[in-house]
Amino acid sequence: MKAHAGVKPRPFPRASARPASSGRIAAAFARAASENRAAFIPYLTAGDPDLETTAVLARVLEESGSDILELGVPFSDPIADGPVIQRAASRGLASETTLEKVLETAARIRRETSLALVLFTYLNPLLRFGFERAAREASAAGVDGVLVTDLPPEEAPAYQPLLRAGGLDTIFLVSPTSPSARMAAAGRLSSGFLYVVSRSGITGARTALAPELEQTVRRARRQASGLPLAVGFGISTPEAARQTALLAEGVVVGSALVRVAEQARAAGKSVSRAVGELSASLARACAKTGSPGEKRGATPGTPRPRRSMERR
Amino acid sequence: MPVSREKKRPGYFGEYGGRFAPETLMAPLEELGRAWSRFRRDPRFRAELDSLLRDYAGRPTPITVAENLTRQAGGARIVLKREDLLHTGAHKLNNSLGQVLLAKAMRKSRVVAETGAGQHGVATAAAAAKIGLPCVVYMGVVDMERQAPNVSRMKLLGAEVVGVDSGSRTLKDAINEAMRDWTENVRTTHYVLGSALGPHPYPTLVRELQSVIGKEARSQFRKLAGRDPHAAVACVGGGSNAIGLFSAYLSGSTKLFGVEAGGRGTGPGDHAARFSGGSVGVLHGTRTMLLQDAGGQVLPTHSVSAGLDYPAVGPEHAELARSGRAAYVRVDDADALRAFAALSRTEGIIPALESAHAVAFACQLASEMPRSASILVNLSGRGDKDLAEVERVLRGTQA
Repeated sequence: MKAHAGVKPRPFPRASARPASSGRIAAAFARAASENRAAFIPYLTAGDPDLETTAVLARVLEESGSDILELGVPFSDPIADGPVIQRAASRGLASETTLEKVLETAARIRRETSLALVLFTYLNPLLRFGFERAAREASAAGVDGVLVTDLPPEEAPAYQPLLRAGGLDTIFLVSPTSPSARMAAAGRLSSGFLYVVSRSGITGARTALAPELEQTVRRARRQASGLPLAVGFGISTPEAARQTALLAEGVVVGSALVRVAEQARAAGKSVSRAVGELSASLARACAKTGSPGEKRGATPGTPRPRRSMERR
Repeated sequence: MPVSREKKRPGYFGEYGGRFAPETLMAPLEELGRAWSRFRRDPRFRAELDSLLRDYAGRPTPITVAENLTRQAGGARIVLKREDLLHTGAHKLNNSLGQVLLAKAMRKSRVVAETGAGQHGVATAAAAAKIGLPCVVYMGVVDMERQAPNVSRMKLLGAEVVGVDSGSRTLKDAINEAMRDWTENVRTTHYVLGSALGPHPYPTLVRELQSVIGKEARSQFRKLAGRDPHAAVACVGGGSNAIGLFSAYLSGSTKLFGVEAGGRGTGPGDHAARFSGGSVGVLHGTRTMLLQDAGGQVLPTHSVSAGLDYPAVGPEHAELARSGRAAYVRVDDADALRAFAALSRTEGIIPALESAHAVAFACQLASEMPRSASILVNLSGRGDKDLAEVERVLRGTQA
């Protein structure tokens, strides 16, 4: 790989050096693939508006067909997030949701569900907590993987091995703006799955998928060394989930779920029911029932060749 | 050439700096670094920037011996580098002209900027008007209120001003929003970051564009005194005017002092003194000294001056503090307001509240030094923008 401007090339950890993770993430993708569907991966900001709600919604999400839960750690300055998740983070901070408490809730979710758990966080709360301690305690809490939004591959060598040594999968992101060399670096550092940002932008529900998504996924696939690809950022509707499920092994939905919870709460309606209904329809849409370009639902249940799973 | 302190890894100043950005911004940051390495040596680009700095911005700015203030302080001679005389009223234009010109050279069709006190917003709006690019400026709604004249100026200069109503509603949040805009529009847009902070290459790029302050001041001061000053003093928000001045003196024996906002007290949220109240953290893409709580959440800050009201500091300053090459001190709101009045009355110069922090410390330092010594102060901006705020604060104190 060409050295990234400004950084002395350092050896990235190789796949063979990976200590065993819980395997729960890999198992979730394998199960989804065997059922001929993409894994459904909802995101919640922990502590929005309190951690009790987070734990309850985790059960709702499992019941409505989720495979992996991304648990967001609230941060004061979420530069990669749009207004919906910014507001959720503010509510999380208002309910004094620290990383310590998020891990307690993760342990509860681990006891109450069989969802694979990915901690979705900004770097600074982890730095402050201490990476080794975070890895140890997250792993003990039953967290399966960690994704650090503002930790790119070139800054990762100081941190990623500590997470991996704790038995956690490390998930990195690739974006439509990432050249192939960057995608390759992210692929080498990732385990569990590689996160494909669907559009160059911040998080937030969009009505349409980015036109360049298919190409981004194709480029990422070449660099992912067989890891499953999960696509997120901007997917808000069952229709968008359906199209994404035809391209990738996982579909991530964040802002749309956070917003539906916010709206139900504001209207005095059941948050569990609102989140449950949307997530069930999104999870159903993750069935691989057609190929890109075909009309949806044309041949439901048609077996399709599995992609990355076969290469793993 | 500014002295490079990036010995270990480019983009790092000792253990500080780096590039901690979301993936979508990483390739654009690399592109920016490459473009700057290319154009900073390009004779046509250089000539165009030099001409803008001279004929449009009014460089070189003079140095002024502050005889009356020196007499009042009683000690070392105080000399002012007059960035307040630069077009748009502060040192910010040095950086804005360079970056907007760079944006045009990179064929970007739009620029965005954040602003705290409004000076960087005004400078970028002016540069964008002159160079011919549309400009959007993000500004915390708290700052829009206390720096209202600058909001009008930006609008008059053709910029769109977007109020930021999230978080602490000040500079930090304006940076968040500008980074989000850049992330959304990264292919068409250049983000004109206003201080020597943020992910690599910004701290280096901004220092280099502001190093003109130090270069001019060093030769002007030598002409005046036949030697370098005993001390150089500048206020430090993100730290661009300070690093611009310090860059000329890093290898000499001039003592360097950065002045932070001591605000209204030492409690969390009452000041913006990162070196006495902060610890190492990552904010806005760089590893540096940061005001944060036990959970790694960024603390709110307070300063009477919007331009110093920021919880992190440029990474090169963090390294200069660690190595001991520069010392960082704090001046509280009240002392800054006194210096604001004192410089106005003794020298007929109304300083920006930010710069008044540097003036306050320089007066204190002067009184502890012999008359034969001399102190160079970067008067980074003028205070017209602050008149309403100063009157409001003084009324509040009396009430």
